Formats: sequence, C-alpha cells, structure tokens
Amino acid sequence: MPTPSRYWREIPQRYRLEAGKCKNCGFIAFPPRLVCPRCQSRAFETIILADAGKIVSYTIIRVPPKPFSDQAPYAVGIVDLDDGVRLTGQIVECAFEELKIGKRVKIEFRKVYEEGEAGVIYYGYKFVPE
Amino acid sequence: MRDVAVIGVGMNKWGELWEKSLRQVFTEAALLALDDAGVDKVDSLIVGCMSSGLFVGQEHLSSLLADYLGQVPVPAARVESACASGGLALRMGFIEVASGISDVVLVGGVEKMTDVSGHEATFALGTAADQEYECFHGLTFPGLYALMARAHMEKYGTTREQLAMVAVKNHSNGSLNPLAQYPFKVSIETVLNSVMVADPLRILDCSPITDGAAALVLCPVELAKKFKKPVVRIVASGMATDAIALSSRQDITWIESTYQAAKRAYAMAGKKPEDIDLIEAHDCFTIAEICVMEALGLVEKGKGGQAVQDGLTSLQGKVPVNASGGLKAKGHPVGATGVAQAVEIVKQLRGEAGPRQVKDAKVGLTQNMGGSGGSSVVHIFERD
Amino acid sequence: MEGIIGYGACIPRNRIKVEEIAKVWGADAPSYRKGLLVEEKSVPSPDQDTITMSVEASKCALKRAGIDPKEIGAVYIGSESHPYAVKPSGTVLAEAIGATPEVHTADLEFACKAGTEGMFVALSLVKAGAIKYGLAVGADTSQGAPGDALEYTAAAGAAAYIFGREKVVAEALETYSYTTDTPDFWRREYQYYPQHGGRFTGEPAYFKHITGAAKGIMEKSGLKPADFQYVIFHQPNGKFPFRVGEMLGFAKKQIEPGWLVNKLGNTYSGSSPLGLTATLDISQPGDLILIVSYGSGAGSDAFIFKVTERINEVRDLAPKTRELLEKNKNYLEYGTYAKFRHKIRKAE
Repeated sequence: MPTPSRYWREIPQRYRLEAGKCKNCGFIAFPPRLVCPRCQSRAFETIILADAGKIVSYTIIRVPPKPFSDQAPYAVGIVDLDDGVRLTGQIVECAFEELKIGKRVKIEFRKVYEEGEAGVIYYGYKFVPE
Repeated sequence: MRDVAVIGVGMNKWGELWEKSLRQVFTEAALLALDDAGVDKVDSLIVGCMSSGLFVGQEHLSSLLADYLGQVPVPAARVESACASGGLALRMGFIEVASGISDVVLVGGVEKMTDVSGHEATFALGTAADQEYECFHGLTFPGLYALMARAHMEKYGTTREQLAMVAVKNHSNGSLNPLAQYPFKVSIETVLNSVMVADPLRILDCSPITDGAAALVLCPVELAKKFKKPVVRIVASGMATDAIALSSRQDITWIESTYQAAKRAYAMAGKKPEDIDLIEAHDCFTIAEICVMEALGLVEKGKGGQAVQDGLTSLQGKVPVNASGGLKAKGHPVGATGVAQAVEIVKQLRGEAGPRQVKDAKVGLTQNMGGSGGSSVVHIFERD
Repeated sequence: MEGIIGYGACIPRNRIKVEEIAKVWGADAPSYRKGLLVEEKSVPSPDQDTITMSVEASKCALKRAGIDPKEIGAVYIGSESHPYAVKPSGTVLAEAIGATPEVHTADLEFACKAGTEGMFVALSLVKAGAIKYGLAVGADTSQGAPGDALEYTAAAGAAAYIFGREKVVAEALETYSYTTDTPDFWRREYQYYPQHGGRFTGEPAYFKHITGAAKGIMEKSGLKPADFQYVIFHQPNGKFPFRVGEMLGFAKKQIEPGWLVNKLGNTYSGSSPLGLTATLDISQPGDLILIVSYGSGAGSDAFIFKVTERINEVRDLAPKTRELLEKNKNYLEYGTYAKFRHKIRKAE
C-alpha cells in the first residue's frame, strides 16, 4: 500500500478525478500522462471525469490482500464512465446478487483503506448503484 | 542473423522447496542444463526472475548466480517482465546468439516464493498490476482474471464447466510429469466445489505458489550439430507490450499483447497457427488458457471454451496445450515458467517426454505472459 | 443580505432497528421504542466516516449553490468523530471539492453542536465581507457504548451549508448563542466511548440551553413562536424536541418536517443541521425557520432563516433528505453492525 507521499501525489485523481485530455485527438488519460498513447502528442488539458457509468465486469474478492482483510468479501469492478473512460474500483452498497454487467453505478467519495489504528487513512472513489 | 538451437535443458522438481535457497534452486537446474548439453563454460548468462527483491531481499542476481554457477567473470543480465520474465530471458538469449555476440548462452529462470507469508507473496505478485489504480482498490491477481472470466462468459457464453475442464486437462497431463508440483488428477466436481477466491474463479482455477527453476543452453545451429542431442531450433521470437491496467484495454476478453507477439513470431518463422503441433501456454488461471488459445489464432474469438470442451487441446487432441501440466499442475515459480515452457517443448521435439509424448511433434510454440496481459513473449521451436 | 445559498445532506444506507439491539442485550424493546420514540437508526458502512459523508453532502450543496468551488473562502467540519486526532478533516474536504489552496480551514468540536458552530463562523465571515462563500458541515459517526442507552440512538449523517451574499436561498436574519460550562456528557482522550450524567443531561443541560437560546433569539428579533413556519431542535431522541417545543410554545406541526430522529437516530453534529435540510426541502418562499442546536458541555446556537423564491429553483438539484432517509435502506443484524462499528476486539 502507498506511502504518504505516493498517496498524496495522486490526490487530484483520487479526490477530484482529474484527467488529461489530449488536445490533438481527444484521448482521455487517467491518470494524466506526458505522451498521448494514441497520437504521441504532448499537449493535454485538465478535465474532470464523468461521475457515473455502467459496469463492464465485476468480481467478488474473497481472498484479499492483507490491507483489505477486514473488508472481504468485497466487489471490485471495471466501469465504463459516461465519458468513455474506464475506471477500476470497488462497488459498494450493492448486494452481490444484484451485480451485473451493464448495471448503472455512480461515484462516491469513500475510505479505501486505513493502515491499522495508527497509520494514514486513504480516501478515494468507489462505485454505488445509481 | 544466425540460426539458434537449444542444446541443453534442465529443470528440477518444483514445489515448496523448504531446504533450498534461491541460489541453490537456480544452480541445480542450470547444472542439469549444462550437463545435458555437455558444456562446462558459457559466454553469457541471462536470468529471468520477477521479484527476488521482494521474496528474498536479493537483487543483483546476475552476478550472484554467475558466481554460484562457477562462471564468473561471464557477462550476465537479469531481466524482468512480471510473469513473462522467463520468456523474456529466453528472447534475450536468443538475440545474443542470433546476433553473433555470444556463442553459448545459458538462459535460466528462477523464483523462490515460499520464504514469505501468503499475504506478502500476494503483494509481490500484485506488483505486476497497476499499483495506484488497480491494487490500491483491493484488486488481486485472481480478481483481475476473474473480471476477464466474467466478461468472457457474458460475451461468448463460456461456461464455468469449460473453465474447470482446463484445470482437469492440465492436471491429467501433470500427473504424467515427475517434475510437476501437483502430479495428480482432479475431477470437474472437485474444481467446481473448491473454495471461491474471486468470483467466478475458485482455488483450483488458479496456479499455485511455487519454488523452482529451469534452464536452457543455446548456441548457433552450426555449433549444435557437434553436440549429442537432436537439434531443436528456435525459429521465432516475438514480443509485445500492452498497458498493464486491465481497464486500459479496449476489450478485456482479448489478450492483445499475445496476439501481437504471436503475429510477429509467426511472421518470423513463416508459419501459421495450423502449423503448430503443440503449445505450452501461460495458464496462470484457467480463463487465461482459453483467452490465449484465441489470441494465438488456434480458434476464433470467443470459441476457446468450446474448443477445450471438444478436446482440441487435450494430450490426444489436434493441438495439445500444456502437455507438461501447465502452470496449474506443474507450478508457477514466476520467473522460471517461461523457461520451463521451452524445456518441455524441446523435450517433446526430441522425443524425450515419456508418457506425455505428443506423437510426431515437430513444431512447438511457447507463450509466456506478464500480469493481465501487459507483456507477452512467444517462441516457436522446430526439430531438424 | 447574506444567508444559505446551497445545502446538502448525506445519510448512510444501512439501518439497525431498536429491536435488534435490545435482543442482544436482553432489554425490553417496546419500552425503548416508546421511551425514546426512536424506531431505527442509520449505521455508516466501514468505508464511510465524517470526512466521506462531509464530501458527499458538500457536493450536493455545491449543486444547489451553483458556484465555482475555488471561490469558497472557508471550509469547516464540525464533528465529535473526526477520523484523526491530529490532522484536519477539513483539508480533505477542501481538496475533494476543489477549494484548495486559497481557503481557510479548521476542524470544530463542541459535542453535538459543532455543525452549527461551523455555520455560525462561515456565516459571520461572509457577513463581515472577509470571504465570498463559506462552507460549513455538521457530520458525525457517533459511537454508543454497547448495551448503553445511547447505543439505540447514536447514528451517522452529514449536512452541508454554503453561505454567501448572492442568489440566497434562505436569508440569515439573526443568530444567537447561549453557553455555560455544564459537564453533562463528555469523553476523555484515549477513551473509546463517551460517558454521560444520566438524567442530568435533561433539564440542566438540553432544556436549559435550548430554551435559553430560543428565548434569547426571539427577544433579540422581536419574533414569537407563532411567527415561525417551522422550528428545528437538536434531536438526541424522539421525545425531547417535542417537549422543549411545548415548553416554548411551538406546535407539533412546526416541528414535524424537521423531526428525523425516529428513523435516523441522533446524528450528533448532523442532527439539527439535517433537520434543517429536510425542512428547507419542503419550505416555501417567505417561510420563517428557527433552528436551535444543542451541544453537551454545554451550549446552543440559534439561527433565524427566511426562505426566498430561489428555494423553488434549487430544491430539486440534489437528493432530498427524506428520500435519503427512506430509500435504499439496508437493515443489519447486530453482528454486522458491531463489526461495522469496530466494537469487536480483534487481534493486532
């Protein structure tokens, strides 16, 4: 799990969903990057991602990595946001039986995990049913 | 460019090798390869290892292993491409011989995974995925492939039973392989009732944590003819990258990097999928083998599950896949896998595979993959 | 005239019924229901805390206010369950809504009235012309000791208010604060659960300060109970708001729209602020609303708001509080509730 500086560096993405849109071909890079993978252009403008979309695929993690041991089982999915960008994140507040490909979800600000009782608390985006 | 041959292969029994350190595991397999070739000095050493740093706190493997193999001051390099580290090491060795830089090259792969807890091993394996945008959210390797499996099942109607059949087939083959970690058969029921890891994948859909190593000795074909074993040529090496995050792919049911690597390999060898007699594929999870068959062009997109069910890829089928038992039964010491795949193909093409022998095996293909398809390495071998 | 330009609420989806808690501790559920006038309370998911709920409530307030978050000059979260003992909650909120870096932030604490404290400060800064817009949130994920009476009501929720001078939804006509040092309910550092003075938390605490603040603000403004369309009191249980309302001369129907506690529980710093969001949701232009909070220790903040025409334009721009209260509920049994609320001692 990230160190404080690695977590902090991604805050514009984790908290505000800031992405980079290629000024040349319109490709949206999330997280932002220096070179467009489609057209190799280096000019980007900052945009905010859409906050809702539909599930492309999902799974339920039952054997979690250690930092998430208290949370298992939990659902994680890939979501096609309404602006065409695909995001990976946990899907919460949804009974497992109701998860399905194509289901509409929206983004909420949630705790992703905390380092025990004394460590940093990591916040970020998760998906909830629309 | 010179033609390249494999003149020696070596592999020890894989499993939880408590008594053996990483250095020992590697050196044993390397010595077997050197002895098999009848060579005692090499011009170059290439080692594939994903994460010795995280597993045993050791980097600088190139020199460490060169020293333990008694080959110092040989030039050596350690390469990494997650689970494709072994295949990449083979590719680098092939390039050194083909280019004329070196004559006799030892290619080895090794991973020592059992000196850390299960959690730490999971973390180390997770470094093949996107730390900040996949692992940060609690995704695991089985989770990534589970996402691919569910999408494949939804899009193409692939069934849970078809996934289980991959495991059954590979265990059946593995039961004939004395070096395999799990040389026993399993039934479909056992697979379908095993504990769920990440829906819909169960523990028996997943390759295990393993200690192990494998090695090959390469040399130019003209030199090879002087050695004792039948000449097996490496007629193609293809490699391709892709974004490592699954969410970056256009189609998460399709492994583009394998398709691209295979395309390059087929072109280099002047061959088509129909020309391949047998394949060692990267079945880190049962769904992976199905997707790989499609990406290699063995079957149409989406038809991988049906092909397994029809027996196309069984040991007696038209194109046996994973006669060795695959990662599932043989084990998956990450950096060693890509090299072990080649060891199996070479043995098969030499006619040395015993009860696993595929009849009239002349052309074999290995496909080794990193992460959820962020890198793929494909090699084609042909018997003279 | 300055006032509220945007408001928003966040209520977790999980609920636990009074019966479920009583069953585990061998208590008599009907008498708890009757005595507290509470049926069920909200329970935060393990991934929700004061900060996450503040962010969601603030996003709703921003939707109603329709302003550029960069122009927010102050961000305050009032809570008695800030996730860190040292490291502000407000900075996370300010980053999440895009108000940083040119913004003043502070975390506020005063038992259940920390929310209205933040509102008082943000409003005052706007009034003084020191900032253009101010955001104040009252949020809590309060804890009740297992088996204690408070366990039946300690709940979670957040309400956010943005104050400004233009496009005002509810003008702030008057404010008044009534404070004394009264040890009715407290928690020492490093203690996991709070302690309270039993019946001492009634008359000398809740009732004294609420009536003190209500009478004080009505005298200051020259208004009488009948002048108000609605009144919201702090809601530690279902009965106290009606009793204090009766003592002051308010009618039940003035209290009912903002009375959420029977289905929500006591959201502590979110309590009266959430009652106000629910009231604004159904208010009409011209309505006079009185809100009086209460925080143990002790004190009450009172505000008088007058709803403007603009309520009709903003009301539907974000989810209504009663909708959040009634829809998508997920009932928990006690074991899951205890796990979610970290009441189970685990190995390190």
